[in-house]
Amino acid sequence: METAPKSVRGVPPGKNKPQAKRKKPRRYWEEESAPPAAGASPGPPGKKARTREPRPQRSRSVHLARAARSSKKPQIARNASDRKKPRRTLSGAQDPFPGSAPAPVEVARKFCRIDKSGKLPHPKPKTRSKLEKAEAQEEEASVRAARAELLLPEDPGFLEGEDGEDTAKILQTDIVEAVDIASAAKHFDLNLRQFGPYRLNYSRTGRHLALGGRRGHVAALDWVTKKLMCEINVMEAVRDIHFLHSEALLAVAQNRWLYIYDNQGIELHCIRRCDRVTRLEFLPFHFLLATASETGFLTYLDVSVGKIVTALNARAGRLGVMTQNPYNAVIHLGHSNGTVSLWSPGVKEPLAKILCHRGGVRAVAVESTGTYMATSGLDHQLKIFDLRGTFQPLSARTLPQGAGHLAFSQRGLLVAGMGDVVNIWTGQGKASPPSLEQPYLTHRLSGHVHGLQFCPFEDVLGVGHSGGITSMLVPGAAEPNFDGLENNPYRSRKQRQEWEVKALLEKVPAELICLDPRALAKVDVITLEQQKKERIERLGYDPDAKAAFQPKAKQKGRSSTASLVKRKKKVMDQEHRDKVRQSLEQQQQQQQELAKPARARPSALDRFVR
Amino acid sequence: MEPKRRPDASCERKQAATMNMTRNVENLLPLSQQEELVDLSNNYPLSTSEDEGDSDGERKCQKLLEAVCSLGGKNRWKLSERSEAGLMVSEFNVTTEGSGEKLVLSDLLGSATVLSSLAPVKKQLHRVKSKTLVIPFNKEEADQILREAAFSKTSQILSKWDPVILKNQQAEQLVFPMEKELPIVAPIEHIITGWKARTPLEQDIFNLLHKNKQPVTDPLLTPVEKASIKAMSLEEAKIRRAELQRTRALQSYYEARARREKRIKSKKYHKIIKKRKAKKALKEAEQLWKDCPSAALRDLEKLEMARVMERMSLKHQGNGKWAKSKAIMVRYDPEACQAMQEQLAKNRELTQKLQVVSEGEEEEGCTEEGVTSVSNDGMNGLQMDAASLNPWMLRSCNIEAKKGEINTDPEQQSEVVAPGSSESEGDERPVAEELLLKERSFQERVDPNNAKPMNDQEMEDSSSLELLSESRVLFQKLNKENHQSEGEQVSFVGTVVHIRRGDLAPEEFLVPQRLERAHVLEQGELGKEGHYQKRGLLRPLLKGEWKERNPHSKSDASGRKKKKEQMIDLQNLLTTRSSVKSLAVPTVVELEDEVETDQKQMIKEAFAGDDVIREFLKEKREAVEASKPKDLDLALPGWGEWVGMGLKPSAKKRRCFLMKAREGPPRKDKNLSNVIISEKRNIHAAAHQVRVVPHPFAHHQQFERTIQNPIGYTWNTQRAFQKLTLCKVDTKLGHIINPLKAENVGYRSSSKSDFSVLESNRKLLSRKQQKQLKESCSD
Repeated sequence: METAPKSVRGVPPGKNKPQAKRKKPRRYWEEESAPPAAGASPGPPGKKARTREPRPQRSRSVHLARAARSSKKPQIARNASDRKKPRRTLSGAQDPFPGSAPAPVEVARKFCRIDKSGKLPHPKPKTRSKLEKAEAQEEEASVRAARAELLLPEDPGFLEGEDGEDTAKILQTDIVEAVDIASAAKHFDLNLRQFGPYRLNYSRTGRHLALGGRRGHVAALDWVTKKLMCEINVMEAVRDIHFLHSEALLAVAQNRWLYIYDNQGIELHCIRRCDRVTRLEFLPFHFLLATASETGFLTYLDVSVGKIVTALNARAGRLGVMTQNPYNAVIHLGHSNGTVSLWSPGVKEPLAKILCHRGGVRAVAVESTGTYMATSGLDHQLKIFDLRGTFQPLSARTLPQGAGHLAFSQRGLLVAGMGDVVNIWTGQGKASPPSLEQPYLTHRLSGHVHGLQFCPFEDVLGVGHSGGITSMLVPGAAEPNFDGLENNPYRSRKQRQEWEVKALLEKVPAELICLDPRALAKVDVITLEQQKKERIERLGYDPDAKAAFQPKAKQKGRSSTASLVKRKKKVMDQEHRDKVRQSLEQQQQQQQELAKPARARPSALDRFVR
Repeated sequence: MEPKRRPDASCERKQAATMNMTRNVENLLPLSQQEELVDLSNNYPLSTSEDEGDSDGERKCQKLLEAVCSLGGKNRWKLSERSEAGLMVSEFNVTTEGSGEKLVLSDLLGSATVLSSLAPVKKQLHRVKSKTLVIPFNKEEADQILREAAFSKTSQILSKWDPVILKNQQAEQLVFPMEKELPIVAPIEHIITGWKARTPLEQDIFNLLHKNKQPVTDPLLTPVEKASIKAMSLEEAKIRRAELQRTRALQSYYEARARREKRIKSKKYHKIIKKRKAKKALKEAEQLWKDCPSAALRDLEKLEMARVMERMSLKHQGNGKWAKSKAIMVRYDPEACQAMQEQLAKNRELTQKLQVVSEGEEEEGCTEEGVTSVSNDGMNGLQMDAASLNPWMLRSCNIEAKKGEINTDPEQQSEVVAPGSSESEGDERPVAEELLLKERSFQERVDPNNAKPMNDQEMEDSSSLELLSESRVLFQKLNKENHQSEGEQVSFVGTVVHIRRGDLAPEEFLVPQRLERAHVLEQGELGKEGHYQKRGLLRPLLKGEWKERNPHSKSDASGRKKKKEQMIDLQNLLTTRSSVKSLAVPTVVELEDEVETDQKQMIKEAFAGDDVIREFLKEKREAVEASKPKDLDLALPGWGEWVGMGLKPSAKKRRCFLMKAREGPPRKDKNLSNVIISEKRNIHAAAHQVRVVPHPFAHHQQFERTIQNPIGYTWNTQRAFQKLTLCKVDTKLGHIINPLKAENVGYRSSSKSDFSVLESNRKLLSRKQQKQLKESCSD
């Protein structure tokens, strides 16, 4: 975060890490003839000494604040204009950086959104020009976006053990010792033994925390400054608690009904149509509050207009496990028959049903990019599924004691709460599923885990348990850069109001929720064909059909009836032949695909394949 | 004035009518002549119109008179042939329509010879060279011609706007009003002179500048800049265009030629061409070697690189670049020849057919694996230093051994991908024989292995040696049975075993451990089905892959039904490999209360069965059934059959009238056994989708591609967003939009030099700057 002081403490000097090496950037006023050695040297010597000195006794590096900027130069695409000689001006001064600013290719590729995988039918020139224009636009936009990456200055945190040291053995106290004071203050415990196991929820900006104890304790606080906003006892069992779109509104699932409080603790609404709610989820872009109830209903409540959008009967008994897919706003419900069902308010039946476990599903979590889903079941297994169309398990492992709660962080760390222990796993790289081989961090709590959530934009994991609330430090959990217009943790009241209006104006209709949101950018082929059919019926002929071949009139007796017929036949045969050839080719391709053995095992030489 | 009908006028008129289409204004010249005639007639009181008003009879009379007159003179009346049928036939051989003679104007005054006053008029008329006039068109035709002429002229004038219009049509944005304020390019000197240094720093800098005596004002433009302004004159542009045209033409010729050549089917021709190319390449290489050895070396390096690439690509066919280049050199270079042969041999080795593993072997597999791993230990030992850490290596070794393949060369092994027996071995041998052999060998191998106590190291060691010898015996047997072609391999195998034994000796301490491990593994996994699966390899187990990984089930697959396969697949999905490694942190594992664990155990037991799977499969089957299109039964009772209670139409009839529903597209979850994906369309979402393909697009995919790129500011930078959402026409509020003017779109005389632009710029300079300029010039 911005407030966090930039610390380079604890960076071991011997290690070959990008963070450790600092390259002095070449300034434009510097001459080319500056000694290259000076450029490569890692900063002034005085600074080096400083980085070394206050190393903690145990040489491991904890990095919460995003301090060091990576000096690794990204691959850069240079425009053709770059290679041109810089234009001379009257004054004789040269542009030190001629041409347009370079844009890293790799990054730009990330922003290319046109799916070029499919083969297009051969376009006519006019169409082709349009396609080319669209592609040019895409390229330009992606390059601009890649250049704008420069504006994301913060790097994610990390935790590295000594050579061969297991990071899982590093205790919270060690981490707290190693980090700066501001970050250390983010680790705290709230001892609230009286009101039972706690559920908790961070607001979307990551600034506010709401907690609800089972025995009726509801509180909301600005957890960074530890300023209490409200604290009440609702004198009823609290099942779940969730912030609505902003920190000003709070939904609490109580024993009977669903209640909405404001940040002063004043009861605003009692929603009787949502009764016996067990879990709450809020879809921020649709302004929908999804509630799963004991009666087996999944209810969507539009909080912007206060209407119930749909109430879907899941037909699977009590619903106690629910999560949302942040990518497409689909709600995942876990059932006692080992399946996870995916729901959208527009469809009365589940969009998909995945058999995940032999026993019932205990917890479900979906990664922020919507790529992976983690489930844990009564069969003590923890599985990670691929949500991109196949819904197949990528990895699985049996835990000695099944995980009762799961949560993904913004950067893809997976936490599982098992009894009074939380385990955190991390992936190998970006956009890779967490590998379940080795835990990244573990922590033991003073009570059994009842609620888990990673705090957005902070390397903090909030754990609600029977002994209260624990906020623990998990380096590298959160996204270091926030969008100030979207989720600004430092926003003022006025800014929040502005944002609220804008967000309401941009509210996405509930019926747009579907498994593949990109499908909305596709033409509705079924309707299209239907309309075409109707049109043909109405007109009595197909206006778009290719006109039948009409042989040209020729002279010298070549236009006799026989020859006309012959010519017609010839063309017809040709067309037929083409058609047959095409179908044969298709068949062959299919056969080849079938016959082609799916590669039995990856070859060692696969690493050379690019 | 009405012109007279003249005998030859008709043909002239016809001509005119045919030429109508091509005529333009210039062709209307005769009209002006007519006018001349009019003037003339106006000047003189006598006009021809008087006698014209009379009837034909008078004309005839005149003719007659003329004819009579001419009788005496030399002007004889030509006998004209009568070509037309006339109503009145005169005996004087005069046609009704007159002869082919032209009428002269003075003739008209012939009858008035008596009047002396008319003599000068007549003379004048003689002088007037009366050309035959084309008959003027009637009004419609004349109008048409005029219209056409006007059209062509106007279109010509307007056609110069075509590029402008095209440009405007294609432009992303049109900005109105068009008059752009030309950017005022004031030379920097002017600005500098008008600017006064105030701060001391500025003054210092200016002092410095003045000391250096930089040319502040004169010359205004450096020669370089002048040249750059003139850089693209019209002539140059023309020259460049011509050049471009020429290159384009040349390219098209070249393309056409290449196409022609490509279409030639003659093999001989291609052979000759190929040879020529090869020769040329060789010659060039030699030349290069002579001229510039370093470049040749570079070429060689490239060749080497190509070879490496090809080696990596595992093709080993003669198609690669390297192979081709070698093929050229084969005749001259024995090394190349050898390399080529090696390559081909490798190719043959790699492209052997996969040996199908028989069903009988399925159960034996597990034990065999253990055994083979034992027999392969020597080899593993060989590779210890290099490849012990490489899982692929180890695995490939094991598999090779399992298949009975002999592959001693460790280098080769790393390249082997698909296990299979060598061609010479596997092809001729009947399968049954092979089976028998395998079974026998298996028994021989297994028995001593099982009988041994596990921990006895020495025993095992000896057993491994025994095994090796056994395997040798087996191979010898095998060879005896086989054809003569394998004679070579006997010795080969022999050497292999020798090598192994030799390697075993120094690493004896390693072998027993491995044996032990093999045993443990073997016994632990004996009962399981998927024991061949690589442990720790976590990846989605799709059906195909599963089959691939498990050769036994593959052989079995034909026998099983699909449903059952699905079941097993599901079970496989749901059973994870029990984590061999427990959580690395001991502190993590913690037992809850006894009661709770008991409860968990109970629940687990309750759910342990296949109920979940069966239920799910049932549900899926129902979903599939529900989504299938239904057949339509159109059979009606009666019609040649008895009807009544309990009677149904016959099967034959029902078959006849059953309308089979068309098979829909395959379900999305067809190959995903653990998933039910709803095929129902989300109508509410579909209402937001585009349902027409707009004009220039023929196919919806093309259109989709153009709308896939998001244009909102949520996904784009601000600049990109502005650019993407540019409005087509941009107008300024309160400004008059004048029609397009030529100078607005850059039409101006090409002779106008670029300096004039500068001049015009100067006009735009502020008055103050002008003054300064003058001053500076006068200095």
